[in-house]
Amino acid sequence: MDALNIKVIVLSGPGTNCDRETLFAFQYLGTQADEETLRVLSKHTEKLHAYHILVLPGGFTYGDYAGAGNIFAVEFSHSLGNEIKTFLAEGKFILGICNGFQVLVKSGLLPAFDHPFEAPSVTLEANTSLRFEDRWIHLKTENKNFWTKGLPGIIILPVAHAEGRFVTRDKKALRRIQTEGHVLFSYSTPDGGQPKYPDDPNGSEDHIAAITDSTGQVMGMMPHPERFVLPQQHPSHTRSEFKGEPHGYLLLANLVNEARKRFG
Amino acid sequence: MLSDNSIVIFRKNLVVLTLLTSRILSAVVYRVEVSKKGADPKVLSLSRLLSEEGLISKGLSILRVYFIKTNLSRIEVEEISKELLGDAVSEGIGYGRSQPAGMRALEIWFNPGVSDPESAWIGNHFRERKVPITDVGCATRYLFPSTIPRAKLVRFAERHLFNPLIQHIAVRGEDPFPKNSGSRFKIEYVKLAGLSDEELCSLSVRRDWHLDIEEMKAISDHFRQAGRDPTLTEMETLAQTWSEHCVHKTFNAAFEVGDEKYSNLLKDTIMEPSRKLGMDWCLSMFSDNAGVVEFSEELALAFKVETHNHPSAIEPYGGAATGIGGVIRDVLGTGQGADPILNTDVFCFGPPGFPSRKLPKGVLPPRRILEGVVSGVRDYGNRMGIPTASGMVFFDEAYIANPLVYCGTLGLMPRSKVAKKVSTGDAIVLVGARTGRDGIHGVTFASTALAGSSHVKHGSAVQIGNPIEEKLLRDFILKARDNNLIASVTDCGGGGLSSAVGEMTKRYGSVVDLEKVPLKYIGLIHHEIWISESQERMVVFVHPDKLERFRDLAAEIGIEATKIGEVTEDKILRLHFKGEEVAALDMRFLHSGLPKRRFKLEPVGKTSNTNDRSEPDKEIEVIAPKDLGQALLRLLGQISIASKEWVIRQYDHEVQGRTVLKPLLGKGLDAPSDATVIQPVLDEKAGVVVSCGLAARYAYLNAYWAAAAAIDEAIRNVIVSGGAPDRIALLDNFCAGDVGSERILYELVESCRACKDAIEAYRAPFISGKDSLNNFYSSPKDGKINIPTTLLVSALSIIRDIDKIVSTDFKKPGSRVYLIGDTRVELGASEYFRMHKKLGNVVPRVDMKKAYASYKKLARAISTGLVLAAHDLSDGGLGVAIAEMCLGGGMGARIHLGKIPVSESFMRQDYLLFSESQSRILVEIADKDSEAFEKIMKGSCLARIGETTTEPRLVFTDDGRRTFATASVDEIRAAWTQGLTRFLD
Repeated sequence: MDALNIKVIVLSGPGTNCDRETLFAFQYLGTQADEETLRVLSKHTEKLHAYHILVLPGGFTYGDYAGAGNIFAVEFSHSLGNEIKTFLAEGKFILGICNGFQVLVKSGLLPAFDHPFEAPSVTLEANTSLRFEDRWIHLKTENKNFWTKGLPGIIILPVAHAEGRFVTRDKKALRRIQTEGHVLFSYSTPDGGQPKYPDDPNGSEDHIAAITDSTGQVMGMMPHPERFVLPQQHPSHTRSEFKGEPHGYLLLANLVNEARKRFG
Repeated sequence: MLSDNSIVIFRKNLVVLTLLTSRILSAVVYRVEVSKKGADPKVLSLSRLLSEEGLISKGLSILRVYFIKTNLSRIEVEEISKELLGDAVSEGIGYGRSQPAGMRALEIWFNPGVSDPESAWIGNHFRERKVPITDVGCATRYLFPSTIPRAKLVRFAERHLFNPLIQHIAVRGEDPFPKNSGSRFKIEYVKLAGLSDEELCSLSVRRDWHLDIEEMKAISDHFRQAGRDPTLTEMETLAQTWSEHCVHKTFNAAFEVGDEKYSNLLKDTIMEPSRKLGMDWCLSMFSDNAGVVEFSEELALAFKVETHNHPSAIEPYGGAATGIGGVIRDVLGTGQGADPILNTDVFCFGPPGFPSRKLPKGVLPPRRILEGVVSGVRDYGNRMGIPTASGMVFFDEAYIANPLVYCGTLGLMPRSKVAKKVSTGDAIVLVGARTGRDGIHGVTFASTALAGSSHVKHGSAVQIGNPIEEKLLRDFILKARDNNLIASVTDCGGGGLSSAVGEMTKRYGSVVDLEKVPLKYIGLIHHEIWISESQERMVVFVHPDKLERFRDLAAEIGIEATKIGEVTEDKILRLHFKGEEVAALDMRFLHSGLPKRRFKLEPVGKTSNTNDRSEPDKEIEVIAPKDLGQALLRLLGQISIASKEWVIRQYDHEVQGRTVLKPLLGKGLDAPSDATVIQPVLDEKAGVVVSCGLAARYAYLNAYWAAAAAIDEAIRNVIVSGGAPDRIALLDNFCAGDVGSERILYELVESCRACKDAIEAYRAPFISGKDSLNNFYSSPKDGKINIPTTLLVSALSIIRDIDKIVSTDFKKPGSRVYLIGDTRVELGASEYFRMHKKLGNVVPRVDMKKAYASYKKLARAISTGLVLAAHDLSDGGLGVAIAEMCLGGGMGARIHLGKIPVSESFMRQDYLLFSESQSRILVEIADKDSEAFEKIMKGSCLARIGETTTEPRLVFTDDGRRTFATASVDEIRAAWTQGLTRFLD
């Protein structure tokens, strides 16, 4: 099946800033990836249906004022709510990276225990260090599904955020997240052990770094897979110690392959 | 947590400015408070600060406060607030003013007229959703235990929680949306005729124009010939255009130094020698907002570095943020627009451990300046999505009152868009943010000294910055450029519209209707609009046929674009307001009427005979260390040498995914790199290498050699990383103290002379530059504090294949370690002597021709793939450089001190290890490649001084057998990584 059949829409707003590398990553994976602003898409909502994957990239939508991703989440749910429900009902995929993850949890698309756009039960708060931090971290694969197919048990990716501390509304929500298999990746030490700062860069509950919704179609993560699709993006690539395909490439390729399997 | 949940409504007879609807409404102000439900790290950090000062912090809380002015009902406001203003999971919302028993509240509000981006974006959201909300305001409410006396709290808050330049503690009953005191419009004339010299001078001072007597006289003469008095607007325009910041009066002056003569210092020493090299890959030099060089057949690179020193001294966060914002717009405003792909930042600060009791009056503590500046650059660059990946932080007590904040941006553009094409009839369109009273007199302020009272006087020159607005501006400009809608574009920064329009239309003339300029609030009058430096605005010149498409595109992106005037052909700058002409200035006078300054100097002190290498001074002696390994570890922990990871990680240095040589690397990702490489087009192999050099302390001994060392260091850093030696372009950024002093003027001339020599020796042209003078502090009590003459050199080159990038970390045990360049007894102003609190005598000298010859050979070895690692030797000399290579490699090295090539005899091993002789590079070569490498390097000073080892320990021997000093990689890491952070965390 030709990968070009898969169409990806990268949705941006004021302050989105990882749009270019996200577009590059999906184009590099052989999909047709287009960027559209929410402002334009909300006036032509029918455009969304041509796509198989919706990506909310990283950035600082509305400067993270009034809470990271908050304002964009409100605009997103108000202007695209119905289309998104249809989009998901058709079995299509939504990926939120960093700020996109923040938007997904704040609009109730993650973890979406029972249905999309339910009242938020998790959020992403200021890092315990109270600082923006850009660093490479190790992630432990917590779940076996199409997202993690063929990935090593520990992968490496960069994080770059100030508000990535995963927090649940209450113990019950955390238990459901864990027992119902929502956790996709958690921060870990290089050998898979319990991390402390800076291995866990933000102080997340249970060191959670990425979750999916109940269907597995919606995924949000703080680390940036789009920043590690080429070997030279690794900070010590000059040491030639990293072998194999870059982990961001593998992860995004899993998504594209799954979409291809369903729609190609 | 909230004790009072009633709605407090400020009912006043408010005049509604209907931004949203034309209906006449009676709006009220609702107050919304947002508080954290669980543990709040911000509260923890604040409580730490309080207990450091011996204050009790129990029960502390921090709330966000929003003021919403609307005619909506209370229920509607609650609905909106719940959804938008607080986090549904972690925050609670109250409507009213919380005042729990036993707590004392302090509320920090923005000063009237200060634009805060949070309110602006919430307001924008409401406007987009057509929610009828007239105005939005933000504040922060702190609740402290009431056992702390209010006076104590206020002092604490002033130190840690707000800056009175932009914020204040709200008083009860204060209106969050005070009515603007508008100025009444009338054309004001300035009477110059008949004034004495003294009266002219005092007029210039009173009006904050900073024009000297010759300049005031030239203006007076010009208008006498014209037969009228100038209007106030014309005088303001002249003051802006003729400011040191805009025209570089000192650098463009004629100098006579002994028997050397320069008709224009900058032209004679930097611009002309650069142009004379005839590099056809230089596409634009010293003529646009940034220098432009070729990158590939289709693409070009624009590079510019600016300073924002004065604003950062008094409002570090806003000063640094608007500094980086400004240089980004410089690049965005180069040619027909360039895309910012890298930010650089270099700071010179007072040491963070400087005792607060010794601080001069009115000066902020260096730690607060450092944290504020870093946060400002971080928040602006990160939000814009531009990697801040190159820079340095340097400390010296001389910067205590005058920190230096250099901000740079590299941009990418199609070669076909490098030229600006203004023509008569073009529409002058103002794009981006609205204009307010902020930033008035920023450039004239930037050109003067700081005094103890600068905070009060220059408050209006400080702004916060709105990076999200600038991101939209970027998106719009680039889209308009790619649709061929832009004839020319320039940023609206220093001097505001007056500089942007005046400069771009100087060969044509223009007419601008100031009433058309969209305002943040009513009440501004014509000359305020004309010189306001409100951020995030650009001026675009658009062909009339394309204006409609240009406006449609702006509307699609959601940005304001307003035609405010036209390019004419009468060579007169005409300004209109309310139907009247408020200025009509002859462009020729405006741009060439400035009287030329002339200086006659005698060579001063040690800076004479700089090229005389025959008789170096004798170096002083310091106490010899008992253990050289321990001395090295101590040196690694000196704040200027130690790791800047605390700063680097706060910057998103990887956004855009193109940073392929990062500032921190190596086995543990915690070792330093010498330069940054960006791969502009990810599916093409070529990259651009960027680095910098600065050797400010050398200027205490000799300004010529300080400049030479800065240039050599910048070039060396590019070379060791794999940059092409025949494609190096340089930027100069001079900062100096009081140019009323002959010594400082002489140091500037000496620095320029070094630039001229370097251009020729390295065949590296300067393509752009900037200066910031009068960086000194003066007060009756503390006297005068000058900064050292500080030249920052930024270098850029091309690397043809990013697979050939070389990093500083050792790659494998058993390799050979070579040292390129010879070592002399040159410890004057070195970090080693500074550790001993000594300055010394002999500053490193640079043999530029010899250095360039060996750099070219090394570049060949790198492109042949022979070099495993390479690292330049700079602050701390050989000892520090070799330690950093071991740290990066997670392995050791055995270094034979006896094999280090020396051109004079060293009596002391510590001097040998820590001398800062320039042009030296350490290189790691695999055993099998050593012959090929030596062959390429033939003719240059080269010695094999050791080998890498599996054991993670750096070992020094003198004869290859006897070991006399060691340091383990763990010790190196601990010393180097904690050197600076121990003052910060």
